[in-house]
Amino acid sequence: MADFVSEFWHWFIVIPTLVGLLALFPLVILNKGSKPSGDPETMGHVWDEDLEEYNNPLPRWWLNMFYITLVWGLLYLVFYPGLGTYAGILGWASKTQYEGEISAAEQAFGPLYKKYSEISIPELAKNAEAMKTGERLFANYCTTCHGSDARGARGFPNLRDADWLYGADPAQIEASISNGRRGAMPGWEAALGEDGVDKVTEFILSLSRSEGIDLVAASIGREHYNKMCIACHGPDGSGNKALGGANLADKVWLYGGSRKAVRQTIAKGRQGNMPPHLNFLGKYKVHLLAAYVYGLSADRRP
Amino acid sequence: MGVDESMSTENTYNYRVVSQFAIMTVVWGAVGMLVGVFIAAQMAWPQLNFDVSWLTFGRLRPLHTNAVIFAFGGSALFATSYYVVQRTCYVRLFSDKLAAFTFWGWQAIIVLAVVTLPLGVTTSKEYAELEWPIDVLIAVVWIAYAIVFFGTLIKRKIKHIYVANWFFGGFILTIAILHVVNSMAIPASFTKSYSMFAGVQDAMIQWWYGHNAVGFFLTAGFLGIMYYFIPKQANRPVYSYRLSVVHFWALVFTYIWAGPHHLHYTALPDWAQSLGMVFSIVLLAPSWGGMINGIMTLSGAWEKLRTDPILKFLIVSVSFYGMSTFEGPLMAIKTVNALSHYTDWTIGHVHSGALGWVGFVSMGALYYLIPRLFNREIYSLKLVEAHFWVATIGIVLYIVSMWIAGIMQGLMWRAVNPDGTLTYTFVESVQAMHPYYIIRFLGGAMFLAGMLMMAYNLYRTVVGAKPHEAAIPAAAH
Repeated sequence: MADFVSEFWHWFIVIPTLVGLLALFPLVILNKGSKPSGDPETMGHVWDEDLEEYNNPLPRWWLNMFYITLVWGLLYLVFYPGLGTYAGILGWASKTQYEGEISAAEQAFGPLYKKYSEISIPELAKNAEAMKTGERLFANYCTTCHGSDARGARGFPNLRDADWLYGADPAQIEASISNGRRGAMPGWEAALGEDGVDKVTEFILSLSRSEGIDLVAASIGREHYNKMCIACHGPDGSGNKALGGANLADKVWLYGGSRKAVRQTIAKGRQGNMPPHLNFLGKYKVHLLAAYVYGLSADRRP
Repeated sequence: MGVDESMSTENTYNYRVVSQFAIMTVVWGAVGMLVGVFIAAQMAWPQLNFDVSWLTFGRLRPLHTNAVIFAFGGSALFATSYYVVQRTCYVRLFSDKLAAFTFWGWQAIIVLAVVTLPLGVTTSKEYAELEWPIDVLIAVVWIAYAIVFFGTLIKRKIKHIYVANWFFGGFILTIAILHVVNSMAIPASFTKSYSMFAGVQDAMIQWWYGHNAVGFFLTAGFLGIMYYFIPKQANRPVYSYRLSVVHFWALVFTYIWAGPHHLHYTALPDWAQSLGMVFSIVLLAPSWGGMINGIMTLSGAWEKLRTDPILKFLIVSVSFYGMSTFEGPLMAIKTVNALSHYTDWTIGHVHSGALGWVGFVSMGALYYLIPRLFNREIYSLKLVEAHFWVATIGIVLYIVSMWIAGIMQGLMWRAVNPDGTLTYTFVESVQAMHPYYIIRFLGGAMFLAGMLMMAYNLYRTVVGAKPHEAAIPAAAH
């Protein structure tokens, strides 16, 4: 066992443990006392005017309970790891118990997920039985961020609409779940200054609405946009799915579409983080989840 | 005048510091329990945090635990240990000034906790959340406490040391070591420090501390209270001297090993988990030794339980102690722990100990102590009786609802569908807790109501009175 750097520490555990447990036997045996004949007498000491002590023997049932727990404890340390590097007769370890449970689950449920993995995502999304399992996986692993109804929340994409940051293809959805995604919108406050951020905000808003826009400011904003934003969000603001650049021309706003929220996004940037799930769930479950997520928006696909 | 005063003080007990601590026990008890009831309500109705950062559960929960353990429990221990050590040693406290320093120092620590914890200043170590400058102050006050207590013990007028004082002494020494080791940290600023331990070692040190905060602060210390106030109130000799010797040494030796049961099935090595579990099981008998000595002290005088509500508090507290110390070893068994860990069962277990044992034994002791400190009769024994029943029903509601909630959580979390997926999402288990959280809130509110009845009763008892100047009698050898 790699828990100890030298044998010294093995004995450092073993000796105090055994000496301690064994020393409890003489502690109780030597002090158990015997039933006095007649009325019990006090110890003869008096504190605080009237505090006295009888010296009744240790109750039999209590002593037996003590012996049983001590013997049980010693036996446990014979059968299970506990005494330093000694592994115990049963050779039990939490790691092997864990691996055993995982492989048992693999054997019991593995074939089902393997079978699903051989079906293409659009086909699998039509399989009611598979989607029931997919929904359960989604409920346990995805709802914390994307919500029980998969409609997302501020900062967490809605999975039921037609807007896909990284693309709506089955392969893209599967890749998002497998490897995760890192949205990295930098902050432009330093480069643009307060005024520049205001102008760009005006231009961004003009892409998706026509009312209440300061057209002069927006046209100045467009010049900034063409220099700094166009690479990720495209010339018309429709985004770039290869980079995860958001579509700014539609009405979908991940971090809010108010002037204040958009301004905040431009000034400070945004860091989206979808964690990778491949190592955690395995590729079969990721495939099934991808099919479930694909199916959520099947009738709204672009 | 000065001469007269020093003459008279040497011949009297220092009741001043005892009554200060006793009164603050009642005050902090009410405050700490109020915070507890409020966060219990937040569990049932989360909108009660009003979106105010310092009213959120995460900020107020450590305030609740610190207030009830260290402010209420700590003040109770200071009050009773100062009272008991003087009266059983037939001497005044070793130093009035140092004793006064422990009082004001301890209250300052509590006030600092009340300010910093809601502000979010925390080390994030459970039951040791206070930041390093406060930790240093705790260590200084604790050393002063040890000097006062052991100094008094050393100048005692009677050869034999009464059993309550062993428990108080064991508690004071061990808490000093636990506090210093677990609080070791590198300060990064005045309000932020980082633990000297890392990873699983940090977790192990933390639970070595955490479990022994229970074992020594909330058990050994309160057994000291039990060993004085039960024989006094029952007017009966302690059942067995030899049992007190055996269970004292077995308890203090065994407790210190049990911490790893808080870390079953974690990164803690298997051998350490096993040792924690074995010693937790072995701990059952030493714990029950205290229960037997408490309850059997009453043998031959059981009828007193019918008429004396103060004795009811004391004896029922020992019963709850027995129940919690049976439940504890049970929950330390790995297989049981696999179900109970991280559920509300743990919360129920803690509160059967905290409300039933620590709360009740303190209340019984205060009802005995405060009238004597001020040389008054208690204002209303009927109100004590009413307090007892309201609080008992409150405890039962609390722990039964948490048993049901905890076992239900454990079972929901492990339920699996035929396709291998989890049957319930986490939020479904949260939803299922709602009715039990309401019952728990009601139980806690009843316990708080009892505490307020006690505060009123004791206020009426002592209003206008000054601490009694009790003369020290000659020691009987």
